[in-house]
Amino acid sequence: MTISLKQSTPPPEKLQPTGWLKYLSFSLDHKVIGLQYLVCGFLFYLIGGSLAGAIRVELTSPLSDFMPREVYNQVLTLHGTIMIFLWIVPVVNGAFGNYLIPFYVGARDMAFPRLNAVAFWLIPPSGLMLITSYFINGAAQSGWTAYPPLSITTPAAGQIIWILSVLLLGGSSIFGGINFIATILKLRRPGLKLMQLPMYCWAMLGTSILVVLSTPVLAGTLILLSFDIVAHTGFFNPSLGGNVIVYQHLFWFYSHPAVYIMVLPAFGLVSEILPIHSRKPLFGYTTMVFSIMGIVVLGLVVWAHHMFTSGTPPWMRLFFTIATAFIAVPTGIKFFNWVATLWGGKISLNAAMLFACGFIINFVLGGITGVALAQVPFDVHVHDTYFVVAHFHYIVYGGSVFVIFSSIYHWFPKVTGKMLNENLGRFHFIITFIGFNLCFAPQHWLGLNGMPRRVAEYDPQFQLINQISSIGALLMALSTLPFLWNILQSSLYGDDAGDNPWNALTPEWLTSSPPPVENWEGEAPLVLEPYGYGEKDSNKTREAIK
Amino acid sequence: MTSIVPREQSSERKKDLSNEEHEDFRLFGLIAFLIADGMTFAGFFAAYLTFKAVNPIGPDAIYELELPLPTLNTVLLLVSSFTFHRAGKFLEKNDSKQCQKWLLITGVLGVAFLISQMFEYFTLPFGLTDNLFASTFYALTGFHGLHVTLGSIMIMIIWWQTRVPFGRVNNKNKFPFEAVELYWHFVDGIWVVLFIILYLL
Repeated sequence: MTISLKQSTPPPEKLQPTGWLKYLSFSLDHKVIGLQYLVCGFLFYLIGGSLAGAIRVELTSPLSDFMPREVYNQVLTLHGTIMIFLWIVPVVNGAFGNYLIPFYVGARDMAFPRLNAVAFWLIPPSGLMLITSYFINGAAQSGWTAYPPLSITTPAAGQIIWILSVLLLGGSSIFGGINFIATILKLRRPGLKLMQLPMYCWAMLGTSILVVLSTPVLAGTLILLSFDIVAHTGFFNPSLGGNVIVYQHLFWFYSHPAVYIMVLPAFGLVSEILPIHSRKPLFGYTTMVFSIMGIVVLGLVVWAHHMFTSGTPPWMRLFFTIATAFIAVPTGIKFFNWVATLWGGKISLNAAMLFACGFIINFVLGGITGVALAQVPFDVHVHDTYFVVAHFHYIVYGGSVFVIFSSIYHWFPKVTGKMLNENLGRFHFIITFIGFNLCFAPQHWLGLNGMPRRVAEYDPQFQLINQISSIGALLMALSTLPFLWNILQSSLYGDDAGDNPWNALTPEWLTSSPPPVENWEGEAPLVLEPYGYGEKDSNKTREAIK
Repeated sequence: MTSIVPREQSSERKKDLSNEEHEDFRLFGLIAFLIADGMTFAGFFAAYLTFKAVNPIGPDAIYELELPLPTLNTVLLLVSSFTFHRAGKFLEKNDSKQCQKWLLITGVLGVAFLISQMFEYFTLPFGLTDNLFASTFYALTGFHGLHVTLGSIMIMIIWWQTRVPFGRVNNKNKFPFEAVELYWHFVDGIWVVLFIILYLL
């Protein structure tokens, strides 16, 4: 059945704000929404980063002398929640997904533009709500996991605002996921098969399936938790006959897939960047697709490896250890495919490529500690210590955030039509890479020696290592300055980029920079080989595109 | 399908952007949303079943459910699914009088379900915070009741919009009707599962 829809139609031009004002409007253009996500996410990243800085300042001395313990708990809760729900999830999914997916499927906009704008505009108010809760009787104190009974016994106002804010952000995430699934499956240009799509589409399809299946479970759980706090029911309150373990199961049913929601799109983005800057086809396209889908399926059945010390029965420990170990297989396939893509390529070490390579290094380190943590005997030893903190930050900072920076360097010329300063970019990479590893590598040692996480005070024997870690954090904070200067300077005075500065074959480079409102003047190009670099028929491919 | 307009016609296309032809994927989007909604219920069901398996009911806790009223509720909702379907048949034949009549019956059945549910709440011997099972019972049925309330409101809107000649829903613009019908069948299906898990198990 075909019907005529008022699809992707911008309102009449006089109602549509132009210039920078359109970024503050309820715009339906997927490119505007993508940038809204990115800039909004980056502002929250700066806030979350300042909170991380406060945590590292506190931890330079063994006593809680920089801030009171309650404030420390609030700061670490806000840091975790902001970084996950307001920075990485919206940016790797919402920002790059909205900007790139319509280009990749050859569409003029997303499947549901209005829903898309709603999904974005849920984010700023819920983020502000979360931050202002600090000034109203204090923010939530129970960490981003909000485990009961801690979340029930700490002051209620902050916790309830936290729940409301996460519910809204979850709703935004679900709307985005539905939109991506419909766009990728239903809005492809005629003649474009699924197996010809760029890898980021597959990553976003897998991620969106995870979002749609797992986020609602978190929403339901948080509704029950809010009942416990407001109406004094006893779902998760043992003193009223409830069961805290059920909360942990339901919470991790979302929050383990949430790790893949943060890192799968990063896999997709890095699979776009590596072939272009090493002038080689992406190695093992089919295995990449199957490993993404393998991660999606396995990612839904490994949640209880977060709960090995929660009295899980032996059969459960066995099952979840084995299932988690299995995830290393598709992830390893992807890792070796990236290395094989680089192998023998004509690599240009620009900022985008450096950050992508930094991602590969950091991610394999985080992946190895992940496999180690999946083993029960080891996990029981290091559970709730700084080892877990180090592992997690290697995945989400060394993984996802490195890819976000890499993608900004890669797509900035397309979005603005200006080149970034490469030398400043390389300088940014070097400080970030050193600072990141200096900050988080020593935390493995802290964890192995038993320093618990989420506590403002610690044994004085750990002071030196903590101070080294804090110096790393300071470097990471400083590394933001050359980046911001680069963005500011280049968007005003940068060299003209032209339409395709990287000589890329993926569809977004085949239009002008910045792209017109409906993405292409005239027909959308049919790109059947998005990775046809250096092959003997690549010239033919490029001719076909022209 | 997305019609790709050749380059020479692009200036013409710009004049009338709304005429691009697409496969209608709005129902696809709704199905994705209903899967998400169903996962919320799945989480609640999983919690309830785990509570039931792990947490023993206390010696002085009252948790007894009577069957007659919820059975009546089940019948009400199942019948309303059929009446909605029948209204759809008449919409296809463009017989708006009959369509509106059956829609009204559906809406009344939905409201009757809500009233009967309220009545059950008032007659039950336990309250929301009495014990774990009471809390879970009210959370589950309440969350489902919220869905029925929204569904009934949407049925009434559809009923209002199928009137001739001013209504906007007719057999040329069926999507709003189909969407509410799909949603209503979904809410019914959830109720059947809920009835089996809460009352029969």
